[in-house]
Amino acid sequence: MKFLRDLLDKQKPLFQKGGKLENLYYLYEAGETFMFSPKHTTNPRGAQIKDAIDLKRMMITVVVAMIPCLLFGIWNTGHMHYLAVGEAADFGDKFLLGAILVLPIVLVAYTAGGIVEAVFAVVRKHPINEGFLVTGMLIPLIVPATIPLWQVALATVFAVVIAKEVFGGTGMNILNVAMTARAFLYFAYPMQISGDEVWIYLGDKMPVDGFSGATALNVAYLAGQEAQSVTAAFYSHNNVVTDNFLSFTNSFLGFIPGSIGETSTLMALIGAAILIVTGVASWKIIFSAFGGAYIMGLIMELLAVNTYMAMPAHYHLVIGGLAFGIVFMATDPVSASQTETGKWIYGSLIGILTVIIRVTNPAYPEGIMLAVLFMNVFAPLIDHYVLKANKKRRLQRATV
Amino acid sequence: MELFNLAIRSIFIDNMVFAYFLGMCSFLAVSKKVSTALGLGAAVIFVLTVTVPVNWLLNEFILKEGALAFLGENFATIDLTFLRFIMFIAVIAAMVQLVEMIIEKFAPALYGSLGIFLPLIAVNCAILGGSLFMAGRDYTLAEAGVYGFGSGTGFFLAIVALAAIREKLKYSNVPNGLKGLGITMLITGLMGIAFMSFMGIDL
Repeated sequence: MKFLRDLLDKQKPLFQKGGKLENLYYLYEAGETFMFSPKHTTNPRGAQIKDAIDLKRMMITVVVAMIPCLLFGIWNTGHMHYLAVGEAADFGDKFLLGAILVLPIVLVAYTAGGIVEAVFAVVRKHPINEGFLVTGMLIPLIVPATIPLWQVALATVFAVVIAKEVFGGTGMNILNVAMTARAFLYFAYPMQISGDEVWIYLGDKMPVDGFSGATALNVAYLAGQEAQSVTAAFYSHNNVVTDNFLSFTNSFLGFIPGSIGETSTLMALIGAAILIVTGVASWKIIFSAFGGAYIMGLIMELLAVNTYMAMPAHYHLVIGGLAFGIVFMATDPVSASQTETGKWIYGSLIGILTVIIRVTNPAYPEGIMLAVLFMNVFAPLIDHYVLKANKKRRLQRATV
Repeated sequence: MELFNLAIRSIFIDNMVFAYFLGMCSFLAVSKKVSTALGLGAAVIFVLTVTVPVNWLLNEFILKEGALAFLGENFATIDLTFLRFIMFIAVIAAMVQLVEMIIEKFAPALYGSLGIFLPLIAVNCAILGGSLFMAGRDYTLAEAGVYGFGSGTGFFLAIVALAAIREKLKYSNVPNGLKGLGITMLITGLMGIAFMSFMGIDL
């Protein structure tokens, strides 16, 4: 540690004002504050500090909360592969194969995002912070394991530049950066991010006869088209491999095909617990979004005009990326509603919209991505009116 | 139920701004403050709700091929469709004059902040677009009314949301070259992605 500190201190004059590499100061600063806590503190006569949390710690907390999803996603990628090709494999094999597939995606997202971030930091003279660690981790978790790496790089660069840096960097964006990356991929290269083929890595092997890599949402949609009960379709789907492949428990635990990190509701909930306990994410948004989705699912069940709508509402909570999206995307403190009342409205509308898009829009099997983006757009408006109502209420109380 | 579907369709799915890119000029120019955007949006709703049915009547009883048949045999073959643009615009301009007078009388502050953009509603492409889509799609009178109201509401939602975002943008640090319209264009594009969520819904 001492050695590292000495090394950094020795280089410091080079980067400070008047030094040779003055322009690269923020790169140096990023490296320094990443390894050591920054020295600058609040004025002792200033505000009453209850907690030393800052942007850096907040972002790292989110990364930590994503680790269960990442580890499970790595394992599940391998698990799905061996299941699909019908080979037996132990835990190590599955994890290894998953790691070979997933880690390059993480690496590419980090490299691409990091380079863009560094260039903007040097040119625009703003500090680099751990925000890009979060985005760079989120993007791999919401794409399928078979995605071409150049698309990951392209989407990351697009999202970081267009959704974040043009607004001035971390904390100033309007839309969630990772969701923008996914939406970009979805509209630009739909072949690699939708359909039945992309969710499970097959390599050059053939899948077991009768095995389909469709996600639960696709299966449910098709069942709706064929006027067949969704739960029965879930039960018989892929029965060449195992009975009840898409059961509620399997979907909850995450043993289903899907994007790398989104399959396991359980892991997302563990992440949610970490985020709520540390106070990083708003429990109001998480709670109201799950509630909104469930209630809308119930309403759909009542109105059901096809069998997809009649799917039991609790399935909506465990299939697709709903849980992951709510926990890690909807709660993004920058693009979500900032007011407390606004958070309830914002969260519940995300849940409601997700279910509406899922069951009524055949163009998008998954609704959470666009529901989050849509509500990001309306979050400032919600805040505006919550503030206005608050002002009005307090003015009425005021005695002048 | 049909009418309700049409309303939903025209508000979200066939949104004037994000699906057809109509009405961009006032969308970009009058979206700096929520209160002003609210006023303009309401004016657009009103003008669309009134002009689309009125233009429907015009189209049905005067302009369409054979519409003049009620005047007698000789008129049955007359086709005045080529007058469509000028007639529609005349109705819209008259209606906008009316709105302008009403706003000036009852909300002078709003009148001041809307400025030149109020009379410019007359040439707002979303308004003429509404009438032309109505004529092209063979709506009934009731459908025309609902369609006008729906597309107005779609525009209203879009412009108010954009205004709220632009108010929040005060806290952002936009590069110099992009300040003003540049960043607004980018936001419009990003909002367009968000509105894609409804495209493809089959009602």
